[in-house]
Amino acid sequence: MKRKETNEPSNEADTALRQELVEHFREKRELLRQQWVEQMTTKGLLAGMTREDIENESITIYDTCIVCLETGEYEGAQTYAMRMAERGVLRGMTTEQIIGGILTLRDVYGRSLFEWYQQDMERLSAALDIYEPVANKIISIVALAFVEEREKVVRQQQEAIRELSTPVLQVRDQLLILPIIGVIDTHRARQLTEQLLRTIRTRRAKVVVMDITGVPAVDSKIAGHLVQTVDASKLMGATVIVTGISPEIAQTLVTLGVDIAKMNTVGDLQGGIEVANQFLGYKVVRTYPEADLNHKEKKVQ
Amino acid sequence: MLVPILKQGDYLIASIQSELSDADLLKLRDDLVRRVSEFRSRGVIVDVTVLDVMDSFATRTLRSMAHMVMLRGAETVIVGIQPEVAFSMVQLGLRLEGVTTALDLEEGLSLLDHKIKGDNGLG
Repeated sequence: MKRKETNEPSNEADTALRQELVEHFREKRELLRQQWVEQMTTKGLLAGMTREDIENESITIYDTCIVCLETGEYEGAQTYAMRMAERGVLRGMTTEQIIGGILTLRDVYGRSLFEWYQQDMERLSAALDIYEPVANKIISIVALAFVEEREKVVRQQQEAIRELSTPVLQVRDQLLILPIIGVIDTHRARQLTEQLLRTIRTRRAKVVVMDITGVPAVDSKIAGHLVQTVDASKLMGATVIVTGISPEIAQTLVTLGVDIAKMNTVGDLQGGIEVANQFLGYKVVRTYPEADLNHKEKKVQ
Repeated sequence: MLVPILKQGDYLIASIQSELSDADLLKLRDDLVRRVSEFRSRGVIVDVTVLDVMDSFATRTLRSMAHMVMLRGAETVIVGIQPEVAFSMVQLGLRLEGVTTALDLEEGLSLLDHKIKGDNGLG
């Protein structure tokens, strides 16, 4: 990311001009900063920020940018942009607010240069030559920091969803249930199958009820994954009962010609557990009309 | 690598001890099919717990072994397929159609007990 060489002053005239710009911006600091804040306020970019926040942030950003211009080094800007992105995302600031703010600052700086060098076009053009690359670099640093922050959040959330999304639960000896909720993709199907197989081994399960009530849609690929899960469980000696197939999914499966004959299917999760009980030789008997739930000594099945 | 074949009551148990070459597999198949009627066995269990890989040849050999054993009047159960092996098998499209599988030796034995004594076992 660092490209110091290109931004270092190439000769003395440049250095002098650069210094002149820095001094100009420092001198006009209060004026320009006020202009900037005003413009942002009119554009509605500061919504949700307190007066104090605006003061602090605008001073820091203003000074950071001048340091970049002065030294040609962007480390400070980078760190600051990353911090800002972190906080911005937390506070729910939109990308438009941040990028808009920085673009406004660029305009404010630019305009002040035009005014300053009004009489001397040549010097203005030389000044812009120095100023523009720095401004662009800063904007790209801020934009990148924001995109990275967003991507980080998205990655974390995907990770969380993935971990939460494949519980394999034991309801009684040798019987597991696997509720699947949400969209299944190749990665998830693989993870799901691996986890199920591991649990079959550790829990010594013989029957698995796989409930797909929460799966919105199925295509040929996903159907293939489900069939693979069923087959793999079979190889481990466990029978899979699929429940909760919605009318739409049933239609899709038939249209796709998925080999359902090999799959045990039952209407809903309750039915699936009942069939599994039969398979395993369990019989659920109601012992007492109204078992007292507050009493610990009730008999379960 | 020789695979020991143990006689346990009405059943034969072939317990694979290490990775097998294709020739070893064929020899195991031939031995088992021969021994089934020699001992008048009712069931055969092949324990593949130690295998980290089941390729198409192994799958085909086990499948044909099961069918041959069936023709000789006994049931075959493959036990101890590991989760990773099961997963890679279905991914490669390898199937053990018509062959009973169980989690481990214990489950395999109780499965055979159910089947042969006429009970309704799983599978």
